[in-house]
Amino acid sequence: MLDTVMIGAVLASVVAAATTLLIASLGELVAERAGTLNLGVEGMMIIGAAVGYATAYSSGSLLLGTLAAVLAGMALSLVFATLTIWLAANQVASGLATTILGLGLAGLIGASFVGTRLDAAPALDIPGLSDLPILGKVAFGQDAFVYASVGLLVLVTWGLARTRIGLILRAVGESHAAAHALGHPVRKIRTLAVMFGGACAGLAGAHLSLAYTPFWASDMTAGRGWIALALVVFSAWKPLWLLAGAYLFGAVSILQLHVQGFGLGIPSQLLSSLPYLATVGALVLISAMKRGQGAPASLGVPFVPDR
Amino acid sequence: MRKILSLALGLAAGAALAGAGALPASAAEKLKAAWVYIGPVGDFGWSYQHDQGRKAVEAAFGDKVETSYVESVPEGPDAERVIEQLARAGNKIIFTTSFGYMEPTLKVAKRHPKVFFEHATGYKRDKNMATYNAKFHEGRYILGQIAAKMSKTGTIGYIASFPIPEVISGINAMMLGAQSVNPDMKVKIVWVNSWFDPAKEADAAKALIDQGVDIIAQHTDSPAAMQVAEARGVKAFGQSSDMIKFGPNAQLTSIVDNWAPYYVERVKEAMDGSWKSTDTWAGLKDGEVEMAAYTNMPDDVKKLAQETEAKIKSGALNPFQGPVVKQDGTVAAKAGEAVADKDILSMNWYVKGIDDKVPGQ
Repeated sequence: MLDTVMIGAVLASVVAAATTLLIASLGELVAERAGTLNLGVEGMMIIGAAVGYATAYSSGSLLLGTLAAVLAGMALSLVFATLTIWLAANQVASGLATTILGLGLAGLIGASFVGTRLDAAPALDIPGLSDLPILGKVAFGQDAFVYASVGLLVLVTWGLARTRIGLILRAVGESHAAAHALGHPVRKIRTLAVMFGGACAGLAGAHLSLAYTPFWASDMTAGRGWIALALVVFSAWKPLWLLAGAYLFGAVSILQLHVQGFGLGIPSQLLSSLPYLATVGALVLISAMKRGQGAPASLGVPFVPDR
Repeated sequence: MRKILSLALGLAAGAALAGAGALPASAAEKLKAAWVYIGPVGDFGWSYQHDQGRKAVEAAFGDKVETSYVESVPEGPDAERVIEQLARAGNKIIFTTSFGYMEPTLKVAKRHPKVFFEHATGYKRDKNMATYNAKFHEGRYILGQIAAKMSKTGTIGYIASFPIPEVISGINAMMLGAQSVNPDMKVKIVWVNSWFDPAKEADAAKALIDQGVDIIAQHTDSPAAMQVAEARGVKAFGQSSDMIKFGPNAQLTSIVDNWAPYYVERVKEAMDGSWKSTDTWAGLKDGEVEMAAYTNMPDDVKKLAQETEAKIKSGALNPFQGPVVKQDGTVAAKAGEAVADKDILSMNWYVKGIDDKVPGQ
């Protein structure tokens, strides 16, 4: 019942499923490491999906569509940043509002595209390597979004840990008062971090509407933005654990479908909840093993410089 | 979106109440009709088709009606609030289009005896609350016959939403159709526990195809599975809407929900005062269930499908005509009888030949 071709196909599905979550959650991780909790991921993701699809459909260019999605996510994140960082509004309420606004706007933008379709973003085979057995297609025969997610992961991991910008960003997230005293522009840095998160969420939305299921339908993100948010928390704000979480979630959500297909008679309701249970379980274990990896100390606290 | 709409509705309701005191007779000119949807109208599936019906009402009556809708209303307390507001806003007839709106609709109907309520897919009625549903299983029997003719692997993949009678009777009807052509047909069933989650529906389609299925049937609302079938070179059946654009080489046919004739009729009755609380369960014969063009199949399969469709329309064939045997071997309908409507509407068992269990049974 399992052969190498099938294993390869299953793994390829897992990679695709994990990619949306990985891209969106990496962006949110950066925003949170700088101290801002943005609950608007779902809204920024869906606006990216809608604008990306509308642009790609109208222009015929997937690249333009993807760029537009990134810009749309950034634009919406800027609304959130203005409210929370510059006007010191409540981050939780503003984030929820951002999600509601995003869902509504996306429905409006996408309304005239309902019932149309696009050709999916093509798989970019890397010559030679994509013909390897089992892992060839999985690692080297994916669409550009998958490669982008790997690039983002490297960029975020290395950038946060090894660069001066990363150090300042983390300092702002841990203690905005100290960073301010050292002369760092706290609010500007936070705004840029939130916009990076918006760009990533927009890109994740484009992955859905241009590659995964290349059409537009309202609410098509179906809660993936919330899962991305949860992954950030459970990964204890560490990019590599985020990678593990996203792939574990993707793997279990694909495998449970296969288990159902084999007709073993396990209740599907239980199987459907497995990705959540497995991911929460695994990530709680990871963070329990390594203590002292809590949230950035200034997370969710608005910074108002005294004059 | 919903919150914004709800807020607008609340304001509208307030305005209508304020206005009602001053001008009691002003509403008599134009009939106000409202719809409540479970999903977004942009789902290109269930809610989209209901909204097509609403548009047909507007087209049929022009200036004489004023229609409105609220989309993405969750089943539960939120639904009651929305329906209540619509009733207070002066709507004469309100259509609530998901099973879970049954209790909220009933509650609001008791409070507004002069408003007509129409609940889709439920079974509770009142003096001013009617129910309506469509016999989708008639179409699914035809899908089964086509699948059995077209499949090389002998296995159909079925993407299902929730284990409720409507979905289970659809699986059974399809398998009865398939068995009428090939008694050994198999089905792999995957539940996504959602009506609308395109990426998950696509994942389910991929999983089924990876497991050797070469025909995909679905009881979920998005065209995602159809697109996967097209990309992977297998055949598929669409759901709710004609999805041929998403699978020009994959779609064999689609079961299309056509609520327009019913909505136009009921709004007309609300206008001329002949509206009564009824229980309507219409199918292929009445045009409430339609089959999209039979495509991507040889002529003999197409002919079989058309003949079966004609027989169901004429009443010569009932998909649940006996003998129907349950998985455990007990007889659901003897030869010469058919499974009763009420048993179809409460179906929680699989027919013989399905190697799986109904979830939760």
